[in-house]
This record gives sequence, C-alpha cells and structure tokens, in this order.
Amino acid sequence: MMRKILFALLFSFAAPFSWAGGGGELDSVDIDLRDREALQRGAEAFVQYCLNCHSAAYMRYSRLMQDLGIDEARLKERLLFAGDKPGDTMKVAMDPKRAKAWFGTAPPDLSVIARARGEDWLYTYLRSFYLDPERPWGVNNRIFKDVGMPHVLWRLQGLYRPVIETDENGHERIIRLEQVEAGLLSPEEYDAFVRDLVAYLVYMGEPAQFQRMQLGPWVLLYLFVLLGVLYVLKKEYWKDVH
Amino acid sequence: MSNMLSGFMDWVNDRFPLKELWENHLTKYYAPKNLNFWYYFGSLAFLVLVIQIVTGIFLAMSYKPAADLAFGSVEYIMRDVNWGWLIRYMHSTGASFFFIVVYLHMFRALLYGSYKKPRELLWIVGMFIFVLLMAEAFLGYLLPWGQMSYWGAQVIISLFGAIPYIGEDLALWIRGDYVVSDVTLNRFFSFHVIAVPLILVGAVVIHLMALHHVGSNNPDGIEIKKKKGPDGVPLDGIPFHPYYTVKDLVGVAVFLIIFSIVVFYAPEMGGWFLERDNFLPADPLKTPEHIAPLWYFTPFYAILRAVPDKFLGVVAMGAAIVVLFLLPWLDRYQVKSIRYRGPVYRVALAVFVVSFIGLGYLGTIPATPVATFFARLFSVLYFLFFLLMPFYPRWDKVRPEPERVTK
Repeated sequence: MMRKILFALLFSFAAPFSWAGGGGELDSVDIDLRDREALQRGAEAFVQYCLNCHSAAYMRYSRLMQDLGIDEARLKERLLFAGDKPGDTMKVAMDPKRAKAWFGTAPPDLSVIARARGEDWLYTYLRSFYLDPERPWGVNNRIFKDVGMPHVLWRLQGLYRPVIETDENGHERIIRLEQVEAGLLSPEEYDAFVRDLVAYLVYMGEPAQFQRMQLGPWVLLYLFVLLGVLYVLKKEYWKDVH
Repeated sequence: MSNMLSGFMDWVNDRFPLKELWENHLTKYYAPKNLNFWYYFGSLAFLVLVIQIVTGIFLAMSYKPAADLAFGSVEYIMRDVNWGWLIRYMHSTGASFFFIVVYLHMFRALLYGSYKKPRELLWIVGMFIFVLLMAEAFLGYLLPWGQMSYWGAQVIISLFGAIPYIGEDLALWIRGDYVVSDVTLNRFFSFHVIAVPLILVGAVVIHLMALHHVGSNNPDGIEIKKKKGPDGVPLDGIPFHPYYTVKDLVGVAVFLIIFSIVVFYAPEMGGWFLERDNFLPADPLKTPEHIAPLWYFTPFYAILRAVPDKFLGVVAMGAAIVVLFLLPWLDRYQVKSIRYRGPVYRVALAVFVVSFIGLGYLGTIPATPVATFFARLFSVLYFLFFLLMPFYPRWDKVRPEPERVTK
C-alpha cells in the first residue's frame, strides 16, 4: 500500500506541464541570440515567407535596424515592402475575413508567438509537415493536427510522407516522416534555416531582452555594493545592543 | 541657520503633530531587540506595495482598458514606451513577490503566535489585507487580456454562479455581461487601479496603527512591555529608528537583489509568473486545454477542485480563508511561540506547510485521479490543522516561557 502511494505521489508530481497545441514530442533547438547574422537571416526569411499572411503588428522595422544592426539601405532593399516606412510595424494587407475563408481560420499575429509556443515547438512545427491528401492544402502537421496553414516552405524542405505504425491496440501512429521529393535545401540546411527563423521569432517576442540582459549586471553590481554598505551600517548601529 | 530650521519646525509642530508622529512611530516606538529573519517580511510587504503602486501609475499612462486594444497596449508598453518593459516586469514580478512575502509574513505569525491576545485585531486587519490582495491580483490579471486572463476570469466569476438562487444573477452583475467582455475589462480596470488600492492602503495604515498600539511580538512570544525600566522604556526594547530602520534596509537590499535577478533574467519565471498562454490574445471562442490560475491562488483552487460538488467546493474554498480569520480563538496555547510549544504543534505545523505547498502544486496541474486523491488528502489535512488546534495544548508538552527575551 505504502509503495503504491509513494509511486502515485511520484507519478503525480512528475506530470509535466502540457502547453497548448500539444501532441507528439518536441525536438529541442539551441539558439544563440547573440548571433546577429543568424537573426538577420531569420528576419529576412520571416519577411519573405511569413509576412505575406501573418502580421507582426507590434514589431517596428526601425527596431530591427537598431537591434540587429541592419542599415537603412539594406532594410529598404531586403525587408521593406513597397510603400512601408521604417517607422511602420509589420502589418499585412490580407483581409482577415477572406483569410478565414481561405484557411478556415485567420493567420495569427506572430509578434509574441515565440513566448506563447516556445522555441522548441516552433522549431518542430516548421519541420513536421507531411503529405495528407484529405486536407485542403494537401498537407497536415505532426504536432498540430489538421492545421489550416499550407506548407509554405515546401520548396525549401521538399515533401515528406508519414511512416505509420499500428500498435497492438490497432491505433495508428506516425513514427517518422520520410522524404519523397527533395527540396532546394538539404535536410541539414533546412534545419539551419528554421533555426534562424525561430531565433528571429524569439527575438521578436521580446526585443527588450537585449536591454534587459545588458542592464541586469549593472543593477546587481549596484545592489551588492549597496548591500555591503548597509550591512556595515547596521553592524555599526547594533554594536551597543546586547 | 539651525535656529531658523528649529523655528520652522516649532511653527509646524504647533499646527501639526509632526514631532509626535515621528517619535510615536519611530524614535520612541520600542521594538523587541530579538526580532529575527522572519520579521523582515512586514517591511518588505510595504516595499512591494510601494513598487506596485508606483509602477502601476506608470503602466496606467500607456495601458488601454478596452477589449480590442488592451493586449496590444501591453505590447506597446513592452516595445515602444521608454523603460516600459522594466516597469511592466517590475509590476508582474511584484505581484508574485507580494504573495511570497505575505505568505512568509503570515507563516511567521504561525511560528510565534503573533495573532494571539492582544494582537487579534492586528491579525484580522492583516487577513483583510490578504483578501484585498487576492482581489487586487485577480482583477489585475484580467488586464493584459491574454487567453489565461480571459478564461481565468471566466472560471472564477462563474464560481459565483454556484451560489443557490442568486448565483447566476450575481455572476451576471459582476461581469456586466453574459460572458467576460469589454464591459468586464473596463470595470476590473477601475477596481484594480482605484477602488481596491485605496482600501488596501487604508487597511495597511490601520494594520500599522494596531501594531504600534500593541507593539511587536517576538520569537520568544513574551510581552516586552511587562518589564520596563525606571524611565518607562521596555528593558528588552530598542527604538525602531535607527535600529530597525537600518536592519530592515539590509533586508531591502537582499530582497531587491533577488527581485532584480527575476526581473532581468527570468521575468516569466518559467511560466510561473507570466504564463505562456497569456501571450495569446483573449479569444472568447477558443477555450484553452488547461486553465489554471497563477501559483499564488493554486492552493485554494486545488481545494475547490477537490470537492466533487461545485457549490460545496466554493464553500470549502471560502472556508479555507475564513478559518484563518478565526486563528486567534482556535489557538488555546498558554504560550505564543513555537519555541516553548512541544512536538505536537511542530508536527502539525509541518504537516500543514506540506499540505499547503502540495495543494499549491496540485492546483497547477490537470485534475487526474491521482492528483484529485492527493488534493483531497491535503485539503483534509489543511482543515484538520485548524479544527484540531484547540486540542493541541492538551496533548502537547509546553515549556515555560522565559522572563526576558533570549538571543
């Protein structure tokens, strides 16, 4: 009995948090926000592939220039759409009502998507599309069942089909994805491409994180000095308390 | 020059009791000289209150309490307002630290019997502050208008609907709409920035007045006022200023270091202080898979879920808080401090702490059968701690209190 209770206790405390949109295990991604070139590549990929349907309505182009070290000429050449100014935010022209008709749901704004989903989820999601003739866009996603989004990156990644295994209870399960048509990038190059894109999304979720990390040590240094001074002051006053 | 200054002070003191207030509450307010670690949390709670009010004022300058603007205005604060991210993180981190500090402050009272005669009213006013704080946190959590804000409010307000006869109308009256909506957001904003803080600050003033009237308890749980010197000053008392002002400042510095580590390096605290789902804008049509309140409510939320009937669950959750108000009369020990109480109280308090933390954890995870079993066990233990309290002294071995405070 005791053993049962202990086991139950361990089990209940080990239950992991389930974040929304679950299903399947996530591949972990190691991103380095100090790598500005990766962030710049990610920003360009974002503008080229995501920003047609997804907005990032809280992100300003000018902030990108400042934080990622992109100069105005390059911004205008590579990132800005015609008519947009550096001070504008990343809006899209697509009408949400029509988008809903096309995709079944309006594409969500991606400004803070990395804070909601987490980097591992995004990294896995963008590498988990597979062919599924029953879906309107011909693809489904391993970790986001019946997703409304088409596989926008298929030219880069190529096309995959699911390898299905049936377990003893007759449940079908996708055990892995298998490439059926090569893309412009090799699988390794595609992973690196997605990693840069995810790094950019993580940056965009909280542009202030650079400032936060830079300011932190100075605030703490000040507080430790202050603590030292206050501690000595306290000692001095309390000398005569017995 | 000094003549002019003292002349000015005389002029003021003839018209306002400035000197009297200064002396009564600081230089001639005598606190026991043996206050330990657990006595930092009162002044720290006051510090967090100030942080919340000041950062709150600045947040309200850029925040927009409207359903279609709220989420975006928070992101605007995080990105476009100068130092907005710092102010916002201080406020969100401050909310969680408020509860950490207040829970430790209340635990101190359980250790040293601080609620016992003559401090019953001090405790009751403190409990009133705790309830206001919960209300304030709940109201404020709706304002970012994320998925968790929205659905958390939806769930908690619907609890009022479980009250027989008037429940549904009451819930409707609180929301001002059939679901949580723009109307709800606007009134929550009003309550969060005006009504509750106003009462909260008033209650804190009363709490301090009651404290300074009866004087601080101490880890020995004896009254220092019983032993006074010929000058009428308690022999074991020292003036609050400068002794405890300088000591509390050390506590403030340590607190700010820990606070800053969270603000600058882990403002989300792994989802415990800022939940992931709250970075998705509120969507009345999409219920999140798992709705859990923030960590400081989860012990009470777990009690609510542990009871199979919704209305009785609400009653149990309310009772879990009401029973705390009764503490001064449930505790029948002759001595205040745990130092002179025996093993019965020590074990009971340890079981209570484990139950409370256990409930807190269980409130954050989905209600699986195993989790529900433990939530029920811990809920029973939570209430037993209080209900059996009148009997502890009969079973326990109590040692005599010392005449004077010990080190």
